[in-house]
Amino acid sequence: MNIDSIKDGIVIDHIQSGKCMEIYRLLDLEKLDCQIAIIKNALSQKMGRKDIIKIDAAIELDFDLLGYVAPGVTIDIIRGGVLVEKKTPELPEKIVGVICCKNPRCISTTEQELPQVFRLADRERRIYRCFYCESMSK
Amino acid sequence: MKSLIDICDLSREEIDSLLDTANDIIAHPEVYSEKCRGKKLATLFFEPSTRTRLSFEAAMYELGGNVLGFSEAQSSSASKGESVADTARVVSCYADIIAMRHPKEGAPLVASMHASVPIINAGDGGHNHPTQTLADLLTIKREKGGFDGLTLGFCGDLKFGRTVHSLIAAMSRYKDIRVVLISPQELKLPSYVKRDILQKNGIPYTQTTDFESVIDSLDILYMTRVQRERFFSEEEYLRLKDSYILTPEKLRRAKSDLCVMHPLPRVNEISTAIDNDPRACYFKQVLYGKYMRMALILMLLGVN
Repeated sequence: MNIDSIKDGIVIDHIQSGKCMEIYRLLDLEKLDCQIAIIKNALSQKMGRKDIIKIDAAIELDFDLLGYVAPGVTIDIIRGGVLVEKKTPELPEKIVGVICCKNPRCISTTEQELPQVFRLADRERRIYRCFYCESMSK
Repeated sequence: MKSLIDICDLSREEIDSLLDTANDIIAHPEVYSEKCRGKKLATLFFEPSTRTRLSFEAAMYELGGNVLGFSEAQSSSASKGESVADTARVVSCYADIIAMRHPKEGAPLVASMHASVPIINAGDGGHNHPTQTLADLLTIKREKGGFDGLTLGFCGDLKFGRTVHSLIAAMSRYKDIRVVLISPQELKLPSYVKRDILQKNGIPYTQTTDFESVIDSLDILYMTRVQRERFFSEEEYLRLKDSYILTPEKLRRAKSDLCVMHPLPRVNEISTAIDNDPRACYFKQVLYGKYMRMALILMLLGVN
């Protein structure tokens, strides 16, 4: 299968197989009107199978959350057909509106319009805790 | 403007300063009797806790201030569905400082994000209860003269016992502390507390289910109640509630200057036969709690 290489845009590579649509939604890519290629189950020497997203536009996106949602992804910034930057997103210090606190005693389960906020408690062990009740994310 | 939500919000220097103020209040109560004249404390208790509420109210009255508030959610606007954020905003218009107890964990933190006056967390579910820890620290300071070099035993419900977690966190700032954890397997100290506090600060600790084998090594024995309200199943509560009971026979092997503490209320985990033993410090702990709350109110209101 051939997908044209992009001239100015972003390639999100090394996505764990099956996770590309989650990332597509997380980055709000449905709001873009440029060409976007979603490649599922591509062959990979390192991963066996992987997903890839190619965005054919030189835009700025907030990739912070990818470190949490899709560890190991790489982000290639392409300009004029040349790879100008390669990023590996790290775990963000704070995650808002992605994880829901599962502790039934947490104030976030009842308080109106309170955003779900989680903070990185242990980078090495990838542990996030609820900002309000400090329960671990599950 | 500062609030107190978690004991870790206070630096060691701030805790030392609160301890100094509390000791000074005990020595010279008359100097402090008008310090908060014209100031109002709101006690917002969304769940009943008579002792903590009375301690805050007594503290404010002894500083010459006034108190307003409610003692259960049914008599507050929360029963009409008002958010914690709105309650905090509204009460800020009436009071100079707020003490809040709430069954939901994190509620006082949310209140502090919206209030325009200091918030004191007077207990949020099974999460934090920093003023209990302040009471515990003053008890240790006054009974043992300081914190360094002590061996602290924690007994009972170490899993859900928030006072245990907070006191261990507060004590981890002092030198040469040793910790002995005594509990049934099901109520052991959570591994994250061991890892994030004890191991991280290099504090030596031992875990045992055998109370009598360690009692002679302790300078402090912190007893806790197995709390019915922390269990989802009544059956599990009934199975574990009588795990450890301190009796005069067990105390016979303890050091003569052991300090027995308990955040209260007790059910049956300390025999009443111990109440008159000079090592029983749990009622003094209640009194010291009031003095620490006085010191805290002064600090948060910026009254010298």
